This record gives sequence, structure tokens and C-alpha cells, in this order.
Amino acid sequence: MTYNFAFLDEDTKRMLRRALLKAVAIPGYQVPFGSREMPLPYGWGTGGIQVTAALLGPDDVLKVIDQGADDTTNAVNIRRFFSRVAAVATTEHTAEATLIQTRHRIPETSLREDQILVFQVPEPEPLRTLEPREAETRTLHALADYGLMHVKLYEDIAQYGHIATSYDYPVLVDGRFLTSPSPIPKFDNPKLDRSPALMLFGAGREKRLYAIPPYTHVESLAFDDHPFEIQRWEHQCELCGSGESYLDEVIVDDRGTRMFVCSDTDFCSGRRAEAQA
Amino acid sequence: MYVAVKGGEQAIARSLELLAQAQRGDTAVPELELAQIREQLRLGVARVMQEGSLYDENLSALAIRQAAGDMLEAIFLLRAYRTTLPRFGYTLPLNTAAMRVRRRVSGTFKDIPGGQVLGPTYDYTQRLLDFEHAPVASVTPADAPLPPDMPRVLDLLDAEALIERIEPGSDPEPVDLTREPLTFPADRATRLQNLSRGDEGFLLSMAYSTQRGYAESHPFAGEIRMGEVDVRVCPEELGFAIEIGSIVLTECQMINQFHGGNGVPPQFTRGYGLSMGEGERKAMSMALVDRALRCDELAEPDDAPAQDQEFVLSHSDNVEASGFVQHLKLPHYVDFQAELSLLRTLAAQHATPSPVQQGRESFEVPTA
Repeated sequence: MTYNFAFLDEDTKRMLRRALLKAVAIPGYQVPFGSREMPLPYGWGTGGIQVTAALLGPDDVLKVIDQGADDTTNAVNIRRFFSRVAAVATTEHTAEATLIQTRHRIPETSLREDQILVFQVPEPEPLRTLEPREAETRTLHALADYGLMHVKLYEDIAQYGHIATSYDYPVLVDGRFLTSPSPIPKFDNPKLDRSPALMLFGAGREKRLYAIPPYTHVESLAFDDHPFEIQRWEHQCELCGSGESYLDEVIVDDRGTRMFVCSDTDFCSGRRAEAQA
Repeated sequence: MYVAVKGGEQAIARSLELLAQAQRGDTAVPELELAQIREQLRLGVARVMQEGSLYDENLSALAIRQAAGDMLEAIFLLRAYRTTLPRFGYTLPLNTAAMRVRRRVSGTFKDIPGGQVLGPTYDYTQRLLDFEHAPVASVTPADAPLPPDMPRVLDLLDAEALIERIEPGSDPEPVDLTREPLTFPADRATRLQNLSRGDEGFLLSMAYSTQRGYAESHPFAGEIRMGEVDVRVCPEELGFAIEIGSIVLTECQMINQFHGGNGVPPQFTRGYGLSMGEGERKAMSMALVDRALRCDELAEPDDAPAQDQEFVLSHSDNVEASGFVQHLKLPHYVDFQAELSLLRTLAAQHATPSPVQQGRESFEVPTA
């Protein structure tokens, strides 16, 4: 038995593309869609995989990353899936990819207009931890009533002196919809703002799609006296020496010695290759 | 010297080899044949068909073997196959009143037209491990064949207008939950569809909670019946219904007390459960949860977990639940790093409290 190109049948792809068009038309709005059951588990990227499957053409070059790395097991598995069911070219180089599926990071290398970034989203509703009921959160979005989130952030400041959200940091898209950027570190939030690349978000289990179209204004929530800040390290990457990339902390011996390395493996190896040349 | 973690591809390939080996077990023992699973593990096959939403005993047996007996993994395998199948039509509503009954019991009447029929049940087995495992004795033939037509017990009450009447056509056309997202509030047809795909263990616990005071619904097992039902479709090009086969189903109709409210007179109300194959525990649980979820319609208090449709319907699916719970084993290095750095900042501040933390002096109204 053979599967259709990119696994999903063409009617399903059409349904997905229509939902994606709606998502692009209403930036940041969560569009319910007929999420299919995929041969990978829920929570492991089924939403992103469906978006990628709906967009892939035979000429696309696909890159899949998880935690910024191309070689983490789940990224490998998703890439293997698409090589198997779509036989598209794959790459580890950000600049060469036409379509990048990601979990938890935005590549360090700036994206271009001819690239699409597809995010895997575990929980599309930024208000979910504050209000578990879907009927209620939809009303709050309709009324643009985001007081709950502002109060939460304010309480963080009152209690800890800081906003205590370090990833999946809420953003306001195009001045209208409160949106989850997916669990990327807030370090990556500035890359969402006016990005030349189209950004699409797929949540398979929760059956929602949303989008940040190119050059859309994306604002990370903050207060005038507590402006938005990103993570900074006292270290540089020990492999490539970068001082401006997101760093992973690695324990290298039994005494707990740490080293810091780039989370974006393509960015890091590119810099090392350049240094050697 | 640290080398950036590489080798995911190779690790996966090796893991698949190990899995294949573990799945087969000792090669000196003959491999299970699908027919053995289908014939001798029929209740497991039924559960996988039911929660996998695909009535095919052979595929279910294949999934169970491939999953090494892990039912949730087998259900997932069947669902991932089902999702690729084209929908070339929908069946007509099944007529369970015309079921060729193999088992039929009622907890509400001592005797009923057609009689109580125990059929093949574990209910009275005494649960003694069968160390001897004697070969199957031949079955004593019944004194008389079962009557072909066994009226449903609830239809008898219906004649007396003591039980709520479901008006024909009052049931909305169900959406296909595998094609449309679940939205709230969900109507009863959609809820039943969700429950029928739901995890048996989850529904069992939810149903149990309604018997222990969380949404007490005073249930009676009006009727439980199991047997074969004909499946019919009406192809557009024919314009009349044709029978395409039959499937085994278990149906449970609960009768629940109701003192009246929301313009509805005092009468018995219904809870409904249906399961593929022999799935009595599932059908009974489903019927209790279905009734609990009708609280809004019947203007009952709605403060118990089993009455909360968002809570029940959003968490009933074991493929969704199993995937999301287990996704925690995927790498979260990036988010964990973000939390580490935040926690270090907070811990440093804890050691030397700032004025904000000490007296909450800067209590200002936020401007954004």
C-alpha cells in the first residue's frame, strides 16, 4: 500500500490550506480545523507535521529542528517521515531551506521572504493556564479582554520583582490577538516581530492553526516600568565563541562542570567552518 | 572534550532493531498467529476496535500483536491507519431493536418479553485461576431457540409514558469528530461520539464517581444487550438501502430517576452507551457519563467532574492523552535552560531581597 505525497490526501491538504489562509487573514487568531490523526503521537508535532504536509511541494527543501538542533531524535524522526512519504530534499542549513519545521526555537540566522517557518504548538491558547475553559477563553479573545494575562504578569512582578515567564512568553499580534509563540524561549520573541518569513503555527491535539504573516507587528507583553527583556549569558559558546546566540548548558563530568554551547547547531557549525576558512 | 550531540538517526535505527527483537521474544516459542489473537483474545480485539474506531477484527489483531499487547499502542496504530481511509459513505442508523441477541439482561424487571439471557459472560465465573485448563466441553443446546424479535425494555416503559421520549428527528445530525474539531458546548450526538471513542478506564472512573455522590443520577440498568446488528447503507446511485454486513455490538440503556425541572415533568430519563464487540463495561460506563453530561438540559446542579463537558470530553481520548503525557520525554533543553536562568535570578534576589519584595512599597498601577 502506498500513501499519497506527503501522507495526507489532497482533500485534507485543501482543508488545511483553507484554514491556513484564514489564519493568515486574521493574524494571531486560532482557527479550529479538522485535525487528522497522524502516525506520530499527539504532543510530538502532529500539528506542525500537518501544516508542513499541506505546504510541501516536490521542489521544497525541508529542514526540521527540535531545540534548535537538526539531530535531536524527534527532529530526525519527523525528517525521516517526510523523506519516506514525500521524498523531498532535506537540509540542515537554515539558508538553504524553503520550509523549516521547528519545535521550541527560531533559528539564529535571519529568515527571508521566500521561507516559511512552521511551529509545533502543544497549547495554542495563551490563557489556558489562567482559564481552562475553551468557551470562556474564546469569549475573552472576542472581546480582546486580556486583563487576566496583565494581572498575571503584574502579580509576578509584585511577588518576584520580575515577570517569571521565561518561555512561551505571550505576545500581542498586530495589536489585536493575544497569542502563544509556542514554547520558544523569550530570547526568540524579538525575531517574531516584522519577520520577512511567514510563520505558521499548528496544534494537532488541540485542533487549532494560527499565523503571523510577514512583517506583522508582534509585541511581547510588558509594562512601561518593566520593559520586556531577553535572556543573557555571562558565557560565550565554547565551540564557536558566539556571544549573541541562545546557549544550552551541558554537564560534562561527574563534578557538575558546565559548558555552554549554541542551541542552534547549524548556526554554530557554520561559524566554526567560517573561522577555519 | 564535548562533541555536539550527534547520532540521532543511528540511535533510532538501533532502537527499532531492539524493539523488533523484544517484540518477537524467544524465537523458540512459535509466533502468535492473528487468528489466535482474533479468536482467543476477542475482548482485547473488541476494545482496540472500539477505541480505534474501526471495526476490523483482523487489523485489530495485527495491531495488538505489533503493539506486544499494549492496548493503547494498538488503538493508536489502528487510528493512524483509519485516518488514511477515504470516507465513501455513511451507514444508516443501526436498528439495535432487531439485534440477533446473544446476551440480554435487565436490572429493572424480573422477567421481560424474550427473557433474560446471560450468554457468554464472566459475571458468574468465581474468578478462580484455571490451572488445569481443561479443553472446552461442547455447549448444551438451548431448550428453545431465542425469539428472533426481542423488544427493548425501555420501549415497554415508553408505552406508559413513564420514560422520556426521544422524538424522531429531534436528534441533530452528528458531526464526524475525526473530521471536525470538537467545539463547546457540544450537543448530545457529538458527546456520545466522543465518549464511544473514549478510554474505557477513564469513562469507568468518571462513571464510578457519579455513583459515589459526584453527580448522583440514581441509575438502573434498564437493559444491556449484545449481539449482531445488520449494517445498511443507501448508495446515492441506487436510491435504496442495501445490507453490507453485520457487526457485533453491546448496547446499554440506563434508566435514571428524575424529579422534573426545566419544564420537563417527573419521569425516568435515559443514559445511553454503545460499544463495538463485547464491551459491556465500556457501554455501561458510557451510559452513566452520558446521563451526567445532560445536567444542563435537565436543569440539574452541575458541580461534579463527570457533569463538566469540557473536562470530560477534552480528556477522554487515550491517544491524545497518552501522546501528550509522554511528550514530556522529548527534549526540553531550551525551555529548561530558560527556567534555570530565571530561577538563578530569583534565587539570587531571594538572598538579597529588593525593596519590592520586602514591603511591596512600589505598589503602582500598571500602565499597560
